[in-house]
Amino acid sequence: MSRELFRFKGGVHPPEHKSESSTHPIHAAPLPRKLVIPLRQHIGQAAKPVVNVGDRVLKGQMIGAADGYISAAVHASSSGVVTAIGLQPVPHISGLPDLCITLETDGRDEWIDHAPLDYRTMAPAELRMQLRDMGLTGLGGAVFPSAVKLDPGTAHHCPTLILNGGECEPWITCDDALMRHHADEILQGVAVMRHLLGSTEILVGIEDNKPEAIAAMQAAAQKVDFAVEVVAVPTIYPGGGAKQMIETLTGKQVPSGKLSTDIGIQVFNVGTAHALARAVHHGEPLISRLVTVTGHVLRRQNFGVLIGTPMHTLITLAGDRDGTTGVLMGGPMMGVPMPNLEVPVVKATNCILVQSNELFPPLPKALPCIRCTRCADVCPAELQPQELFRFAKAGDFGHAQEYHLFDCIECGGCSYVCPSHIPLVDFYRYAKSEIWAREKEKRAADLARERHEFRQFRLEREKKEKAEKLAAKAQAARAQAAQDQTRRAELAAAPAAEGAAPSDADAKKALIAAALARAQAKKAELAPKNTDQLSPDTRREIEEIEARRAKILEQARQPLDTQEKN
Amino acid sequence: MLTAILVMVGIAVVIGLVLGWSAIRFKVEGNPLAEKIDAILPQTQCGQCGFPGCRPYAEAIAKGEADINQCPPGGEEGVKKLAELLGVEPKSLDETHGTPKPKSVAFIDEQICIGCTLCIQACPVDAISGAAKQMHTIIAAECTGCELCLPPCPVDCISMVPLAEDLPHWKWKHPVIELKRVA
Repeated sequence: MSRELFRFKGGVHPPEHKSESSTHPIHAAPLPRKLVIPLRQHIGQAAKPVVNVGDRVLKGQMIGAADGYISAAVHASSSGVVTAIGLQPVPHISGLPDLCITLETDGRDEWIDHAPLDYRTMAPAELRMQLRDMGLTGLGGAVFPSAVKLDPGTAHHCPTLILNGGECEPWITCDDALMRHHADEILQGVAVMRHLLGSTEILVGIEDNKPEAIAAMQAAAQKVDFAVEVVAVPTIYPGGGAKQMIETLTGKQVPSGKLSTDIGIQVFNVGTAHALARAVHHGEPLISRLVTVTGHVLRRQNFGVLIGTPMHTLITLAGDRDGTTGVLMGGPMMGVPMPNLEVPVVKATNCILVQSNELFPPLPKALPCIRCTRCADVCPAELQPQELFRFAKAGDFGHAQEYHLFDCIECGGCSYVCPSHIPLVDFYRYAKSEIWAREKEKRAADLARERHEFRQFRLEREKKEKAEKLAAKAQAARAQAAQDQTRRAELAAAPAAEGAAPSDADAKKALIAAALARAQAKKAELAPKNTDQLSPDTRREIEEIEARRAKILEQARQPLDTQEKN
Repeated sequence: MLTAILVMVGIAVVIGLVLGWSAIRFKVEGNPLAEKIDAILPQTQCGQCGFPGCRPYAEAIAKGEADINQCPPGGEEGVKKLAELLGVEPKSLDETHGTPKPKSVAFIDEQICIGCTLCIQACPVDAISGAAKQMHTIIAAECTGCELCLPPCPVDCISMVPLAEDLPHWKWKHPVIELKRVA
């Protein structure tokens, strides 16, 4: 029964703070008056709005369509009227607004027609498209579109499917609550994943600080018709990281720069499996999720929340208290501070952690790095955080990449143990985003170079083509002239001495003569024809007029002549 | 003695032949230094350096005919990179060639555009689409922000729009940490 477990390197043991919220039942958050649904809630392309301002939408209706392969749709979380499509504050550390659809809910919570999917008879590709259109994304934190992860492709084969119930971050208990109360549904979702990926081994990894969740999942595993192994793993932060969970359960390490599917393993969060079951067995798109509201509030608990609900309504619901110093989305290790509390709950919101000076005393001022390498001891990615810090601070990104900056999972373990209280992860995030920006710039420069070179080539080619065209035209004219000359010579026949080849000048002259002749003929043709057949009367009239005209001309010339003589 | 001389001469001849052959066989086409310089330049193709494009400027630097601080779009960082590549001291940007500006793209006011195609002819990267007496528009993703389309426009309908910071282009800032004063 008991499986051999492996210990990943490093990790820390921050205080758990789980029992505060996990002991309470899940509450359904009431329907808010206004829902703000961002179109970019997942990794990849943002969804494209498919409704207009003023439209009435129903609960579960698609309001933003997936745009591209790595994308997911977004849906109306309740019935109501679209009041705005525009920039709204979103839960992002930058505080920058993003495109959102605002709904005024009507309180009826009226569902759109929806039906379960018969996933066993559907073609896998069609099923994946359906899941993408139902907005299914990973609910563990990275929010990667699930349809992409459920495509084993031709090259990958995923014999092992790991369901991640680690939830290693302190304070957060939403996955714990989900496993306690919806274990059966989670395994229904796993059945669909198994069907799509063709996995033969299914492991559920749960940290051993959640005995109720383990018991519930084990009980549910007895009821399904496929083998599921529920494994209690030691509680070490960040044991719930996908790579760490893989190593703990299988002893395999995902190589640097590779995906877990490259070693035949796919990992999903338990919340994702639950959402998948709701989508397949009930036809419900992803419009709600469990959110832990905890920290400096009166009632720390888990809420079933509609996507788009403003965060402040949840905090009010949990009982806000004086002395709040800030709000994190996520846990204390990896969470990001929210710019304001108007921002909505999105698919990535697993926890709203309200901070106060008692619970989260502000960090003392940082001291210089003393290169004690405690960060290296705890780094689960086996990196050298002190070196990465040095490079990131100095802007030496080449070296940072050589030291595998991109294998950093930003777990915050290094910052947690740093005796100098340096916010190390901030430096890694800065370096990563700077490297991405530079790569983008480099791509743009390469494109500009390519286009400029092509333009030069095109201009050169056009010039050459023009010259060639002109030369060909001149050649043709010359040939034509020569032909005319010979023909005329033939017509004139005998007198012209034979053998005297027409020179170029002659040909040109002949050409001009021919043109003149043509012009004269044309003129003659155009001359008025009413002078051809005239009656004697008219003729006489014309003659009179002509005579008069001549006389006038004569008179007009006379004074001029005399003038000249003078 | 004679044998030694013959052996040395023989070796010299063989090595000479190998070197001569490889000089022909592995001849490097073009100027590899200019390539490396061109890779650092921002490819704006704006001509502010006084050369008709990034490549001619790169070749001029490689030949020693131009200084490394004539590229305003590359900024101080570009000068630093060039200095590193060429093993010279970095210097500050030559202001006579212009000052660095925030990255912008051109925008054509389509109400005013008369469809004269002059900007299309001026664009070094073919990032303007349109035809004679047809409305023109900028392909924003390909515009390098060189501003070369501004002077030829007879109706001044082109303006430069600085790129606003939005979520997909947002960058983490360099963390500012307040150090505790010790001793």
